[in-house]
Amino acid sequence: MNNNIEKQVLQTASDVFGVSEAQLTMASSPSTIEGWDSVQHLNLVLAIEQVAGISIDPEDIEQIKTLGDVVKIILSKV
Amino acid sequence: MSKQKNDMQPFNPNALLTREDIDQFISASDPIAARNALVNFWLQKSDAASASFVVARFEKLRGHVPLVGCRLAILRSFTIEPVLPLLRAMAFVAGIDLTVQLGDFDVYTQEILDPKSSLYTFKPDAVILAAHTADTTPDLWENFADQSPTSVQAAIERVSNHFDHLISVFRSNSSAHLILHSLQLPCQTATGILDSFSVPSQRKAIESINNAFGKKASETNNVYILDNNAMIARRGEVQWEDRRKWLSVRMPISAGELIHLAAEWMRFIHPITGKVCKAIAIDLDNTLWGGVIGEDGIEGIKVGSDYKGGAWRDVQRALLDLYHRGIILTLCSKNNPNEAMEAIEKHPGMLLRASHFSAVRINWIDKATNIRDIAKELNIGVDAVAFLDDNPVERDWVRRNLPDVTVIALPHDPMGFASALRDCPVFERLTLSVEDRERGKMYAEQRLRNELQQSAGSIEDFYRSLKMKVSISPVNSLSIGRAAQLTQKTNQFNLTTRRYTEEQVSAMLQSPHYAVLTIRVVDRFGDNGIVGLAMTKTTGDVCEIDNFLLSCRVIGRTIETAFLATIAHAAQKSGATKLVGQFVPSKKNAPAVEFYAAHGFTKTHECDVGSNWTMPLPNKELSIPTWIEIISDEK
Repeated sequence: MNNNIEKQVLQTASDVFGVSEAQLTMASSPSTIEGWDSVQHLNLVLAIEQVAGISIDPEDIEQIKTLGDVVKIILSKV
Repeated sequence: MSKQKNDMQPFNPNALLTREDIDQFISASDPIAARNALVNFWLQKSDAASASFVVARFEKLRGHVPLVGCRLAILRSFTIEPVLPLLRAMAFVAGIDLTVQLGDFDVYTQEILDPKSSLYTFKPDAVILAAHTADTTPDLWENFADQSPTSVQAAIERVSNHFDHLISVFRSNSSAHLILHSLQLPCQTATGILDSFSVPSQRKAIESINNAFGKKASETNNVYILDNNAMIARRGEVQWEDRRKWLSVRMPISAGELIHLAAEWMRFIHPITGKVCKAIAIDLDNTLWGGVIGEDGIEGIKVGSDYKGGAWRDVQRALLDLYHRGIILTLCSKNNPNEAMEAIEKHPGMLLRASHFSAVRINWIDKATNIRDIAKELNIGVDAVAFLDDNPVERDWVRRNLPDVTVIALPHDPMGFASALRDCPVFERLTLSVEDRERGKMYAEQRLRNELQQSAGSIEDFYRSLKMKVSISPVNSLSIGRAAQLTQKTNQFNLTTRRYTEEQVSAMLQSPHYAVLTIRVVDRFGDNGIVGLAMTKTTGDVCEIDNFLLSCRVIGRTIETAFLATIAHAAQKSGATKLVGQFVPSKKNAPAVEFYAAHGFTKTHECDVGSNWTMPLPNKELSIPTWIEIISDEK
């Protein structure tokens, strides 16, 4: 199930940031991805909420530093 | 995975198309297949992730698929960024390439007032101004209970005046369309139930500001009000608002609702860019009535004011509303014509009757061919036609064969048909003219004329049977608008294609040498209104025809002969001995090439620009045809 969620997150991030999935890993962060600014951070969070069918608390939104963090949050809700 | 946005399930053998398939179309240089696949992809899944994908792929297709450009500036007092990919995807799918500039957070006042701001240097075609009541009017939002009646009134005036000023300044700095969100009303008022029957009222106070917005919009060119509260009420405020996001990132709208905000904006962007449908091709069985006329007979089909026939009556009501807005209704059904027309004329539950339809194709030919035919008959592009059919197989057929037609997506349940039709942005309009209101009737009358022509004997019998009456008069203050419009819009029967504005026509009338005449035609089927124009300039004994044009509606009925004869007669009476004119060929005015030759003029000169013609006056051969009656304007 982890693999599935990781794939979902990579594809969503690829769409939102406009980079190919191949350029993304669980370690990807605003410092490694050029398009990941504060606006795109919000867009990513909203897209993940829609795709995964969850609601992410504002406190957790701030805690997200990497795509791996996104996967952790999804797992914690499922 | 997420829920579908609604229960619309388009029947689509392409449903299994993936992103990889779309990318393959692109790398195989098949942009049209890629475009069609993207449209279907979006139809199935309209969320944030697919939006970014759709936008990125359309950007690659730019230049390879037809797109209408539009520069849109969005001014706002709150966070709205996440709507942008949804909006752009929705626009791309509709054939519109939106270049969006989002104004900075809550600085719309400065952006509008500063003539050098990025708002103006962006040179927008359209501007959206969305300000939240909490930001514009905190006194009437959070702090209402602290207010006195005086301070409530002061707040109303302050905000009303502020936006009045902003709109005036905006309009003096830009001619772009302005779409202004009305202020949101609170659903939970400060005074509870008291609000709706006490003074001052929180909701009524904010409503009076909105009324002021509306008044200013009606007095200013190209300013429109987006009814924020209607939009929110449709979805439900409980679902629309996201308090958490408002407090954390200042975004008042739930992420899941942003698609509906984008859809509402598109209802303005479609008519602003001209991406609208002028006509709709409508199916009969299970679309205008429940059941199949060929099987159930006139007694078995369901349409009326109770359940379940009401679902289809609602569709008819929606279509009738479109008819009154100037949209042309046409029929496209696989049926035996006699049975179908009998049901339309005789079933008591019908709201629409034969006279509402401008073109009718009831036969067993495929619908794509019929729609092409209908477009040709109406003299409009196939991309100006929408298609309404309950059958997903038919919809898919038309989508594949005529990708430029707007195929209206319908849910499975007929109870949702009328609503889906009313949601279509291609039927929205920014203005409603008298011509719009009359259009459906006029086209239906034209259909009857055409049918008559096919059954008439000689051509002169046909002309006689039309019982044409024309009224030729000098242009006046009531007709000058229509006259200028005719010079701008008439392309086919237009001898010189000189375009004039109302101001230019007015200026012309200041000189005694110029005459501007309009011609109005009434026939057995109805009043066509003003359908032609002639401008003459008389110097000495020469009367020159500067402009002579006729709407394509009345070509081919010798109206032009009656018009020319009247002009010649008037010129002769005022002392002219020569009537001269020019023909300037254009891409579209082939129908007028033979005009002067056919009426006995002699060519005096020919060059690249065009040809000059002359006729001595008086000329006994040029007279008003006997089948046309000249009437005065009062009739």
